[in-house]
Amino acid sequence: MDSGMRASDELSAAGDSVADSLRLDGNAAAGILSELFVPDLTSARATCAGCGATRAVGELLVYAHGMGTVVRCPSCDTVVLCVTRTVTQLWLDPTGVRRIMMSAAALPA
Amino acid sequence: MNPGLPSPASATLRPTVRPIVWRLATVAEVITETPRARTLVLDIPGWPGHRTGQHVDVRLTAEDGYQAQRSYSIASAPEDAAVTLTVERVDDGEVSPYLTDELRVGDRLELRGPIGGYFVWEFGIGGPLFLVGGGSGVVPLMAMLRHRAAALGTANADARHHVPARLLYSSRSWNDVIYRDELTRMDEADSALEVAFTLTREQPQGWAGFRRRIDRIMLAEVAWPPAERPHLFVCGPTSLVEAVAAALVALGHDPARVKTERFGPTGG
Repeated sequence: MDSGMRASDELSAAGDSVADSLRLDGNAAAGILSELFVPDLTSARATCAGCGATRAVGELLVYAHGMGTVVRCPSCDTVVLCVTRTVTQLWLDPTGVRRIMMSAAALPA
Repeated sequence: MNPGLPSPASATLRPTVRPIVWRLATVAEVITETPRARTLVLDIPGWPGHRTGQHVDVRLTAEDGYQAQRSYSIASAPEDAAVTLTVERVDDGEVSPYLTDELRVGDRLELRGPIGGYFVWEFGIGGPLFLVGGGSGVVPLMAMLRHRAAALGTANADARHHVPARLLYSSRSWNDVIYRDELTRMDEADSALEVAFTLTREQPQGWAGFRRRIDRIMLAEVAWPPAERPHLFVCGPTSLVEAVAAALVALGHDPARVKTERFGPTGG
């Protein structure tokens, strides 16, 4: 098994009702993403590398665990972004995002 | 803000772009809203201002260094003198019992914000504004209604009818309704605002409002039809938000106009 997939497999295996109740919006990732990006990333639009769907990051689904924040595509369930905090580092895994588009109005003047 | 839609007021929507830092807030006042919910009135030096719908992250640090962090919506309007948070106690939560039961006037609290630019409404975005809240999910919606009322106070008389608003608010009982008196007063004072309550577990004698969970029939009755192109905001526990968002889309509302904020199972 691909170790990168294990957490999500466990989540699915826990049953839909548990996974469903843990689901949050992209808004919930805004705090940790603000540690990496100065403009608000949840207002930006992201294209999923899995299926090509484009949405505001605030519209994506977030599963927040003790270890990190997993942002998934509502259309195909691909992990679009994953942010993990260790004792000494903050990791961003952007494998699942093809493109991020930020309105010029959201950028520093 | 949806960058895909033209916005006549885009100039007023331009957010201040600066890094979000942790700040020390001081509790200036604690207001009991319901048996389970308290409002914390905060003095936050250097606060840059916020837009309604945004939240803050609150971080508690134990003596041994253990930290717990939760997000809380801002309840106040940008026009208000102080930033307020309304917190509902989650009995087995790590953070909320401290905030609702232990925190006293003069205590300090570590927080960062304002956070989030997606679940945001400003007067310049316009209406109709349709808000659906469950439990403490009413908090960011109340910020929007307070902001709307403040903006109407300085706008011309016509503005009220260009930005009508409706709130559909689900609570367990009448005693669990957060901001009950203020909402009732706002509703009576404003011909372009309608507030509908549904009480799902217990209703006072003679209750004439809804008495069930929010469903498609209720939404069809209370919401504007899709042709009116309302801006829709839904906030509350995940199950409520997903049921309401799905029902609104089934009624024909554009999914891109249905903005949601799920609180998760507890909020903690």
